[in-house]
Amino acid sequence: MNMSAFQAVVIGASAGGTTALQKILAMLPGNFPLPVIVAQHVHPHQESAARIYKDIGLLKIKDGDEKEAIQPGFVYFAPPNYHLLIENDHTLSLSIDPKVHYARPSVDVLFESAADAYRAALIGIILGGANQDGAMGLLRVGQYGGLTIVQYPGEAEVCFMPRAAIETANPQYVLPVKKIISLLIEITTQHLDEAAHAR
Amino acid sequence: MNPEEIEKIELDLFLDALNWRYGYDFRNYARASVRRRARQILAKSGMKHLSDLIPKLLHDEQFAVHAINEFSITVTEMFRDPTFFKTVRQTIAPYLKTYPFIKIWVAGCATGEEVYSLAVLLQEEGLYDRVKIYATDFNTDALKKAVDGIYALKDIQLYTGNYQKAGGRQAFSDYFLAEYNSAIIDQALKSNIFFANHNLVTDGAFHEVQAIFCRNVFIYFDRSLQNRVAKVFAESLTHGGFLCLGSKESIEFSPVFDQFKVIDAGQRIYQKKV
Ligand SMILES: C[S@@+](CC[C@H](N)C(=O)[O-])C[C@H]1O[C@@H](n2cnc3c(N)ncnc32)[C@H](O)[C@@H]1O
Repeated sequence: MNMSAFQAVVIGASAGGTTALQKILAMLPGNFPLPVIVAQHVHPHQESAARIYKDIGLLKIKDGDEKEAIQPGFVYFAPPNYHLLIENDHTLSLSIDPKVHYARPSVDVLFESAADAYRAALIGIILGGANQDGAMGLLRVGQYGGLTIVQYPGEAEVCFMPRAAIETANPQYVLPVKKIISLLIEITTQHLDEAAHAR
Repeated sequence: MNPEEIEKIELDLFLDALNWRYGYDFRNYARASVRRRARQILAKSGMKHLSDLIPKLLHDEQFAVHAINEFSITVTEMFRDPTFFKTVRQTIAPYLKTYPFIKIWVAGCATGEEVYSLAVLLQEEGLYDRVKIYATDFNTDALKKAVDGIYALKDIQLYTGNYQKAGGRQAFSDYFLAEYNSAIIDQALKSNIFFANHNLVTDGAFHEVQAIFCRNVFIYFDRSLQNRVAKVFAESLTHGGFLCLGSKESIEFSPVFDQFKVIDAGQRIYQKKV
């Protein structure tokens, strides 16, 4: 696998993935070279997840805006009650299409559009949650040659989402959160090294 | 060429066919969402390729209606984003009170929930009797439902919560008649609403309206289409008239933006300069 080729990370979770998500956001270094785009199931009237996680870690955390250009150094959250999609030109789109698996934002919707936009250059991660949303999306990420990672269900607060993703998408990695973080860092430092080398 | 590049050509052809044959132009809609809908249409059809559906699209009007409905997302709620409606009550209603006659345009009204919410609000502000509301959409099926004003009773619970959060002053149930599993909108609320077919891609401006509500429609458009529609809205408003967009939408990128001032940035309320 060519580790240097990644361009973005997408993460899916529901309320049951909050702790894992917090850990990841807290541990990623400020110079993490890939943009991170997150769909987490939240109540439609809840304040935005971006605000809840705002002061965690070194990356800039915000709600994704429509037509916003995706940039490294940022973590974009789907706003409550909107689906977040990625266009092929690597900008964000929002929609209020019907819920998918009772969820808006839906992880499937984000992952499927991300897979189209980034193809093999995408890392997809499914964390804890109580819903099968995300399983089909992760399958799509894998089909396009992207890297697929699922949180080890034994560790997740709510393990239905990771289990469904494992069954459907047969991911390359099933790991506890700590290992997911070190894998991300390892892949991307290699990325930096290779970039430096190429220069 | 990989399969997705071929799919992209097929989607372009499909959208061209829909436009040339029926005049519904989705070519300047945000592509990721359109592609998702197209894949769903394909999955339901049992065909293998989107291009297989083009002959059917051209010759089977029934199927074309189905496709158009799939592409126009009519998801809506009553008092969606209660804080927005509360702000309308506080900032726009007092201004409208200074006019003897008021014209309002609700563009992209879908199945009507939003326009009836507005009617309730105007009624409670004592404005309903001097208002004419033009509620438009290009989806004929949605418009029919809007005219009927019959909604599922089970949704009313959510709507009641929204209504109260939006500063509603009465029992929400006063505004409809409950029958079996349906809530039927009170006839009195309908009297000043005029539903009409209007396509934001191709049709022109209204004249001298004091407020335009166009919420959760821009998110589906690309920049060029957003610009076109922003211009139509600027032309339609009287000086001092209000433009209200959805919570995630804006006109700040648009060339007509300098004709507006921002009244409430968070709620996306703009006012055309005097
Ligand atoms: C997601 S709904 C929003 C409904 C409502 N305004 C709300 O915020 O709850 C979008 C609506 O825009 C309509 N729409 C999309 N493109 C349109 C166009 N070109 N002309 C008129 N209406 C359009 C759709 O048919 C749909 O009813």
